[in-house]
Amino acid sequence: MENKPIVTCAGDQSLFTSLYTSLAQQLPKEPMEWRRSYGRAPKMIHLEANFVQFKEELLPKDGNRALLTFPFLHIYWTDCCDTEMYKVSVKDGMLRWQSTLRLHGSVDWLIVVVESEAKKKNKTNILPRTSIVDKIRNDFCNKQSDRCVVLSDPLKESSRSQDSWNSFLTKLRTLLLMSFTKNLGRFEDDMRTLREKRTEPGWSFCDYFMVQEELAFVFEMLQQFEDALVQYDELDALFTQYVLNFGAGDGANWLGSFCATVKRWSGLLLRRPIDMEKRELIQRGEASLLDLRSYLFSRQCTLLIFLQRPWEVTQRALELLHNCVQELRLLEVSVVQGALDCWVFLSCLEVLHRIEGCCDRAQLEANCSHTVGLWTYATEKLKSLGYLCGLVAEKGPTSEDLNRTVDLLAGLGEERPETVNSLQSPYKKLNEALSSVEAFEKHYLELSHAAMEMYRAIGRMRSSRLIGKSLAEFYMKKGDPERAEGFLDDSLRSYVAEGWSLQVTHTRKQMAECQKLLQQTEDYLQTSALLAGDANLTEEERKHFYQVILTFASQAPTVALSMAAFAQLRQMQFSPPGAVVHVGAALQLELRVRCLMPVAVQVEQLAATLHFSLEQGGARGRAGGTQRRTGQGPQGQGDGVVLFPQGSPLAGAGMGASLPPALELYEMQDRSPSDSSLNSTGVVCKNMHLLLRRHDSSASLDTPTAGALPAAVAVDDGAQMLRARDITLQPGDNSILFTAPTGEPGSYTLRQLCGSVGRVQFVQSHIYPVVQYEVYSQEPQLTIEPLSDNLLAGIPQKVKFTIATGHYSVKKGDALQLSNTDSMPILHSSCCSATILSSTGELVGERALSVQSSEKVTSISLPPTPPYHTLEFQLEVLCHIPPTPFKPDIERLTNGEVRHRPKNHSQADSGMIHIDQKVSIDCPWSIYSTLISLTFYVPFKAKHSILSAGKRKYIQVCLQNVSDTNFHLADPVLTELTDRAHTSSLTRSLTHLFGSSFPQTVCSQQSVFCLWEMRWVKHLPLCLQCAFSASFAPVSASDAHTAFKPYRYEFQLDRVSTLYSLKAEILPSSGDQHCRTGALCGLEVSITRQAEPSETEGEEEESTEIEGLRTTKLMYEVVDNSSNWAVCGKSSGVVSMPVAASATHRVQMEVMPLFAGHLPFPDIKVFKYLPHSAVPAIQPDTDSCLENDTMSLLDKGLDDQGDTASIRSRGSIHSVGSGEQQRGLPMPRLEPFSPGQVFYWSQGRQVLVLPVTDDHVMEVNVT
Amino acid sequence: MAVCIAVIAKENYPLYIRSVPVQNELKFHYTVHTSLDVVEEKISAVGKAMADQRELYLGLLYPTEDYKVYGYVTNSKVKFVIVADSSNTSLRDNEIRSMFRKLHNSFTDVMCNPFYNPGDTIQSKAFDSMVSAMMVQAS
Repeated sequence: MENKPIVTCAGDQSLFTSLYTSLAQQLPKEPMEWRRSYGRAPKMIHLEANFVQFKEELLPKDGNRALLTFPFLHIYWTDCCDTEMYKVSVKDGMLRWQSTLRLHGSVDWLIVVVESEAKKKNKTNILPRTSIVDKIRNDFCNKQSDRCVVLSDPLKESSRSQDSWNSFLTKLRTLLLMSFTKNLGRFEDDMRTLREKRTEPGWSFCDYFMVQEELAFVFEMLQQFEDALVQYDELDALFTQYVLNFGAGDGANWLGSFCATVKRWSGLLLRRPIDMEKRELIQRGEASLLDLRSYLFSRQCTLLIFLQRPWEVTQRALELLHNCVQELRLLEVSVVQGALDCWVFLSCLEVLHRIEGCCDRAQLEANCSHTVGLWTYATEKLKSLGYLCGLVAEKGPTSEDLNRTVDLLAGLGEERPETVNSLQSPYKKLNEALSSVEAFEKHYLELSHAAMEMYRAIGRMRSSRLIGKSLAEFYMKKGDPERAEGFLDDSLRSYVAEGWSLQVTHTRKQMAECQKLLQQTEDYLQTSALLAGDANLTEEERKHFYQVILTFASQAPTVALSMAAFAQLRQMQFSPPGAVVHVGAALQLELRVRCLMPVAVQVEQLAATLHFSLEQGGARGRAGGTQRRTGQGPQGQGDGVVLFPQGSPLAGAGMGASLPPALELYEMQDRSPSDSSLNSTGVVCKNMHLLLRRHDSSASLDTPTAGALPAAVAVDDGAQMLRARDITLQPGDNSILFTAPTGEPGSYTLRQLCGSVGRVQFVQSHIYPVVQYEVYSQEPQLTIEPLSDNLLAGIPQKVKFTIATGHYSVKKGDALQLSNTDSMPILHSSCCSATILSSTGELVGERALSVQSSEKVTSISLPPTPPYHTLEFQLEVLCHIPPTPFKPDIERLTNGEVRHRPKNHSQADSGMIHIDQKVSIDCPWSIYSTLISLTFYVPFKAKHSILSAGKRKYIQVCLQNVSDTNFHLADPVLTELTDRAHTSSLTRSLTHLFGSSFPQTVCSQQSVFCLWEMRWVKHLPLCLQCAFSASFAPVSASDAHTAFKPYRYEFQLDRVSTLYSLKAEILPSSGDQHCRTGALCGLEVSITRQAEPSETEGEEEESTEIEGLRTTKLMYEVVDNSSNWAVCGKSSGVVSMPVAASATHRVQMEVMPLFAGHLPFPDIKVFKYLPHSAVPAIQPDTDSCLENDTMSLLDKGLDDQGDTASIRSRGSIHSVGSGEQQRGLPMPRLEPFSPGQVFYWSQGRQVLVLPVTDDHVMEVNVT
Repeated sequence: MAVCIAVIAKENYPLYIRSVPVQNELKFHYTVHTSLDVVEEKISAVGKAMADQRELYLGLLYPTEDYKVYGYVTNSKVKFVIVADSSNTSLRDNEIRSMFRKLHNSFTDVMCNPFYNPGDTIQSKAFDSMVSAMMVQAS
């Protein structure tokens, strides 16, 4: 039945009937804008009307505000075209109609005059047709001429008829809307007035409800569902507010009826547009709260569905249901236990059915998120009903339960007629579900699965699991643990993964129960272990679960469980901390374990399997091992402590996965392999791969973690084990000491930790971070090192012998055999002792050492020393200084190597001569000799030189202390070596000139000069062998006399005697007393032969016989390197000297002083001039000499002032040679004399040169 | 006034959870945990582009018969959940918002503590007393 606004029709009924169809069709065709009061938005509205015959009863009496039956417009129809007829009958009828309307105060009327051509044609004599209309207008519509309309030829298909229809319809619509506006406005005003009276005592919500609902009906009638809904929402809100006020103590009388005990809980009824039953109850004021709410919601639901908003229905439904439950509680309405559950259950299903009825399947599936709440709610309610009615208990319902069920079912009343025929009505479902255990199970499972499916479909996994968990509880109640297990496991995993410890504990307890029933011993024990260590449980519960483990421990087969439940590793500590030991050494490992059990646990055995590998570290010995250790010590500790990362205690075992692991930083040092200097250093993050891994938070839900059970824990039986037996682990931290096996060299890694309690084993399959230690084996090693920086030759020096015994044990009688060398005797003192150090550097003992020397071998018998100890002792050695001067880097033993480069470069630069002394040692542990090289440095450097004064000769010896030590020097002696027979007859005396002040202290880098005059009786030998010797002792030496050691320096002097003396004289130019600058002076050089050449000398000297006279050729050269002189004319020349004593040759030259003052004489050099026939081997020397010569001439640079014409440029050997006889070979050669052979008289002489008095402008530049 | 207040880490494990009737603690844990479903749904519904200027307050997550669960997500995806009693009808949306704002401020203070390790459970006394002030006083 559809409501339409009522329009009454009076007048010609047959006329109206003929027009009715087209009118009813045409009226809603076009929308009309409805402008509304109170600023409400105008609306386009399609008008419809229910045309009824006018009756007086239809008109509302005073006070009746029913809007639904209210006639909004009254139309009077007439087709009268005859004035007479109008006057006779029609006018009367209209008058009567008008008066009736006026009586009821209705002003909404319209008179329609229908004209037809047919009628007009029949009566041609009639008055013009307008007159009737005019008359009517005149008679009735005194001011409202629009109240009368003409409809012409309505049944004809003509444009005129269409126009008239249109104008008529427009008029009709306008008038209708006007009427609506007016009447609804009045109604609303009345309604508001009524609402304002709500604080008055007699006010009743039900009455008001009816009034406002009337308005809603009208809006609904006008298809204004939105407005209609607003009316209901307002009522809803008003009622809610009253309930809340009631709760706050402000009770209204009328609410009393709603507080009555709920007797019916038949649920919502949404299949009818209007539930008249309930409406009547409300009207009568007999409705319960549930009735009112149900009715209100059913109306809202209807309107929402009209508005195509089904999802709002579900949302509102859920709110409503929650709200009702709350309101009943608030109003303290007494309800039979379970009745509300029934009501909610039925209502949920009813809403869902209603929605299903108006949506297709695809839509429903797409909007699961809106319906799933209702499904869940229904499930919950059914579950609680099931528990209430004893349908879940294993034994089935008791009689009490049955009574309760009957009561509940009674409250449902009869099934509604709408659903009687439907098989799946909520009513039937509830009835069925409560009727038997099986039916309940079926329905409950169906609902649960549906809800879970939906949750899963929309990705609400947690909600889905929660339902799953309650399903598991249900199965457990039903005694069906197999099915419960899956759900529990699923939930447990997710809780563990997300770290919700309370849920974990709770679910795990259920799991334990389930596993117990399923007799999954291992899993049950594992869960029990976890529960026993669960801090969320009470002490009693934990003890109970612990007891479970103990019970099993004494029975039946071995079970391996995860250690994580039982205890947590805290830290491990090695002693010694380096965790690197030699074979057989004691290594202890302290393990700290936090026992999670509630009481002390007796553990029969705690064992850690070891993985052994022959890593390079094991073989490389100690040094390599320690380096590795410092590089990789876990957690960067140098003290051998390994800390195990702990998950947050609240988060439980699984939290390690979601918490980022702590940074593991290590210090890294890169040292150069050669001298272990630091190249670079830095910090390395070891677990970067873990830290930088992308964390997928969504995936964490599904990762299988140690939640239920870790994958099979296998006990692996390694050959090597750390073992501790019969320990009692107290709750909390415990410390366990292991002794690590160190039998074989290699690397040991802890792999698995296993604790046994009876038959139960707790296994931790991996230990992370990695814990390992190294055992090394070392070859015995002997090193000899100097005690000081450098060993000095010539004086006793201490060297340190270090023996690292390694795996060798030094037995009594073992001895080192040092092969003696003459150059380095070993000085053994009687009191010689050795110290023995342990591998950690602790002093173990001090033993005497006996040293025995035979001719070839020095034997050092070693004290017995255990393996991996260090034996140290010192010996004094002396390295003789070789007497002859030798070149640096001479090695006395040819096959040796340089032991090490001198560290100190300054010393290297100082040119200390060093001697590498090899020592060959036979060690007891090896069949091979060990060669060890020691480098000794000669502390002194000696130089000799010969000095002459005319014929007298002097020898100077310079002794420089090149070492860092200060010495006393004594007894310097110079002796001639008389080893050659034919010179033995010579008598010479060497007189030491300044020999008074010895012994003398020679500090480091100081030099001592000694001078001797040489005298001889006959001839001086051509070659003189001399030896300088002195004794020296370090200043620090205690006993000066014994400490003095000899130093010897041998050298040879050749061609000592003076052959020529050279005398130069500078004479001022004639008439002058002094030389003047710029003036030529004469240079007279006289070369005098000093001695007869000896026989031996003659052999060497190139002499020619000319006319029986032996002559030698000399070349002289005047060189002035300081540019004081300009040599004019030839500066060099060759002279022939007769080989006879006192033969003199004079050479005149001209030189010009360039400066004034006391000028030193120019240098004059004399060379042996050897003709070309000489040995070609010396040729290069000549070349260089010639070159030097030309160069020197060039270098001199000729002065401009000089008389260039007179200067013979390029006094080259060619020109010299050209003056001589040409022998075909162009190159004669020059040979210098050895020092001492030529004596320069005028060396160091100066001559006074006066400046030129005038003609010279002195330029003075002042800056 | 709330009956349960929870702070949940980005990874969805509880950083802090406190409820007033202690005997119902487990139930609240379940409620809060389940509410994460809705929180995640709401966050993902907002869409990535709008994530920057999205409102932190998520509103009512879901009502149950007895409780109303409200949610709030910080920009770092830390979730706050407040559970209020359904019978407590005087609680307005604005009050819930201001509770969340207070909670957020206090949480920020906790995070600013240099001794607090982000990701650890919150044990700050100041935070605890602030939460206590927002809770229904257990009678």
